[in-house]
Amino acid sequence: MVTLDHYVMLSALLFATGTIGVFLRRSVITMLLSIEVMLNAVNLAFVAFGRSIGSADGQVMMFFVVTVAAAEAAVGLALVIALFRHRETLNPDMFTSLKW
Amino acid sequence: MGTELLLFYLFGAVALGASLLVVLGRNPMHSVLMLIVSFAALAGLYITLDSPFAAVIQIIIYAGAIMVLFLFVVMLLNAHKEDALVAAGAPMGAKPLYAGAGLAVVLAAELVWALVRAPQGSGGPMSGGASPDAAALESVRGLGQLLFTDYGFAFEVTSILIIVAMVGAVVLAKREL
Repeated sequence: MVTLDHYVMLSALLFATGTIGVFLRRSVITMLLSIEVMLNAVNLAFVAFGRSIGSADGQVMMFFVVTVAAAEAAVGLALVIALFRHRETLNPDMFTSLKW
Repeated sequence: MGTELLLFYLFGAVALGASLLVVLGRNPMHSVLMLIVSFAALAGLYITLDSPFAAVIQIIIYAGAIMVLFLFVVMLLNAHKEDALVAAGAPMGAKPLYAGAGLAVVLAAELVWALVRAPQGSGGPMSGGASPDAAALESVRGLGQLLFTDYGFAFEVTSILIIVAMVGAVVLAKREL
């Protein structure tokens, strides 16, 4: 039988995977992708909890998280393009000054 | 019941494996494509959770729209490879990064440990008609009514957020920053 614990543990593992990606990867785009993995882990937890208590609120929360993720991707990728135009690199260690 | 468990492990393994490939792959293009595979598996999990609407927006919005945006940027910047895992001459050096990744593993271990020790009652059945209003949960009509009544204010704020993000993206990506 699949229980709530199964889903929440899968969500925890996915979230940790995303966290590892943010720390280990040296490309701004892949770090943004890792953040998407973390957001999806949270989405899975929301839907699983909502299903567990028999309420649709979890799906509504997931809807809002997806919207925020879309806004985050748009602004984040615009920042990546602006940074790449100035520095010709995607390595976050090269972006050390606030102003140039 | 056996089928449910099988589906959960199948979709869960695909989602987790694809996410690991996203994190460990060297090529950003492959990372984006693997993330789409992970999203497809998550959509399958949403269907096993009796949430077809969540599965549909996972595919259409996430895999269809957001990931296309990522793919577009990867192609635009021609970023088919990245620097070595920890670049030479990085101001921080490698050690803090590996420490952070180790902390992420600790985080996962802690979460699993806390869940295993959680009081009983949290491990109730997820499906199989246990919930009396499973049909209401599945209906998109009910979801829409909830979204436009109880969550009406949040919904309108979301539209402002989208406008702000759109204007911000246009301003940031302009030639003259």
